[in-house]
Amino acid sequence: MNRRHWFSLAAAAMFAMVALPASAQEKFIVVASTTSTEQSGLFKHLLPLFEKDSGIKVRVVAVGTGQALDMARRGDADVVFVHDQAAEEKFLNEGFGVKRSPVMYNDFVVVGPKSDPAKVAGSHDILDALRKIETAKATFVSRGDKSGTHAAELRYWKAAGVDLAANKGAWYKDTGSGMGPTLNTASSMNGYALTDRGTWLSFKNRGDLTILVEGDKRLFNQYGVMLVNPAKHPHVKVDLGQKFIDWLVSSQGQAAIAGYKVGGEQLFFPNANG
Amino acid sequence: MNSFSESLVVAASLVSHFDPNLLEIVELSLRVSLTATLASSILGLPLGAAIAVGRFPGGQVLTVLLNSLMGLPPVVVGLVVYLLLSHAGPLGALGILFTPAAMVVAQTILITPIIAALSRQIVADAWGEYREQLVSLGARTFRAALTLIWDTRFSLVTVLLAGFGRAIAEVGAVMIVGGNIDGVTRVMTTTIALETSKGDLPLALALGLVLITIVVVLNAATQGIREWARRRYG
Repeated sequence: MNRRHWFSLAAAAMFAMVALPASAQEKFIVVASTTSTEQSGLFKHLLPLFEKDSGIKVRVVAVGTGQALDMARRGDADVVFVHDQAAEEKFLNEGFGVKRSPVMYNDFVVVGPKSDPAKVAGSHDILDALRKIETAKATFVSRGDKSGTHAAELRYWKAAGVDLAANKGAWYKDTGSGMGPTLNTASSMNGYALTDRGTWLSFKNRGDLTILVEGDKRLFNQYGVMLVNPAKHPHVKVDLGQKFIDWLVSSQGQAAIAGYKVGGEQLFFPNANG
Repeated sequence: MNSFSESLVVAASLVSHFDPNLLEIVELSLRVSLTATLASSILGLPLGAAIAVGRFPGGQVLTVLLNSLMGLPPVVVGLVVYLLLSHAGPLGALGILFTPAAMVVAQTILITPIIAALSRQIVADAWGEYREQLVSLGARTFRAALTLIWDTRFSLVTVLLAGFGRAIAEVGAVMIVGGNIDGVTRVMTTTIALETSKGDLPLALALGLVLITIVVVLNAATQGIREWARRRYG
């Protein structure tokens, strides 16, 4: 075998090894959703059930609500499944979504160190708790990423009458990252953070953190689902996407959501029918 | 540190059980990064050699530019490729966003400058040495470039390994253009980022150990083949 043969043989072997297999013709949709639904394990529970019923595969891209909506605006998703009603309505009004259907809710909780320097443990009043944290200048770790959770946090600060722009000191840490990384930061700094309960329950690196504030009605966190408007983006898979939405709000889908538990605790509460 | 020992245990159990999920993720990582390395060498090796051998105005500037591009931030490459491949972007009609093909494109853009810049240096050194011989044999620039690529092939393998190493290790670009979709575009590095997000640090670190081990095995195999080939054909 001469040099040339050796070279072509090596090249051929490399090609054979790396050639990407032709993707099977499968029915799928792309759903832009939030880290809370993905990282809490809800999708791992729901999607196989939906796939069994419909034969449709759901490809979830899990990012913050802001980024998910932006992705859909660009036409990179068929369905959005997020939790920031104000942002969702804006999305609808701009004509990017067809119709918003409420699907389920979970709730936010405030986690913080067991030592609780701001003395908020056991409180059922989110606004009062935030005021105490600000007064104590206790470390608070924020998402700061325009996600649904970040938007909710900002609404609570505003309702509590705390002007963050004026009072943002070293105690307020803006991480600009997802829920998990934010909790990792809070855990290592022993700070307070607002998180959805689902992500918290499946989060492992808790360190000294525990749930301190919960049970305020204002902490309810509504999830909605929308089909991306085919009038804006003709390539949207209307039929398949609508099937997914219909399934989520059907009695089957709602039962599947209610049936998802972590450590015996139900994470999401279906409320498609009001 | 118990999280390190815990990770070792998790890593050992993942590997010893041939966890099917892990195998799928490892396979996709290798497929994407090897394809990107192949594409980048097809583009980068001739480009590097041409710049080394060719005499044209602006050659120095081009070299500086190429060397600088070795430092392209993966997340910027990811963002640019995302905007290009997005349905609202110029290449949206291809419909490859959030597929392994998009990841290959991003990694190819990321490592082609590395392969081109390093091979330019190697070929330029060899050109300095053999120039007179090649010219006296009447080799034209193109022919000389090819000859030099062939003559320095054993050194160029290291260049390919550098490119491959960068590709398989990066997370910023594949996260954006692949979307880290379970079973479709989830690779080693995005899995590690995800498990870190979930606060499962031992599992994340264990996956990191598996990734490093795979890269070591691949490098060792390449080294072995190179030695064997050098003895036999060198």
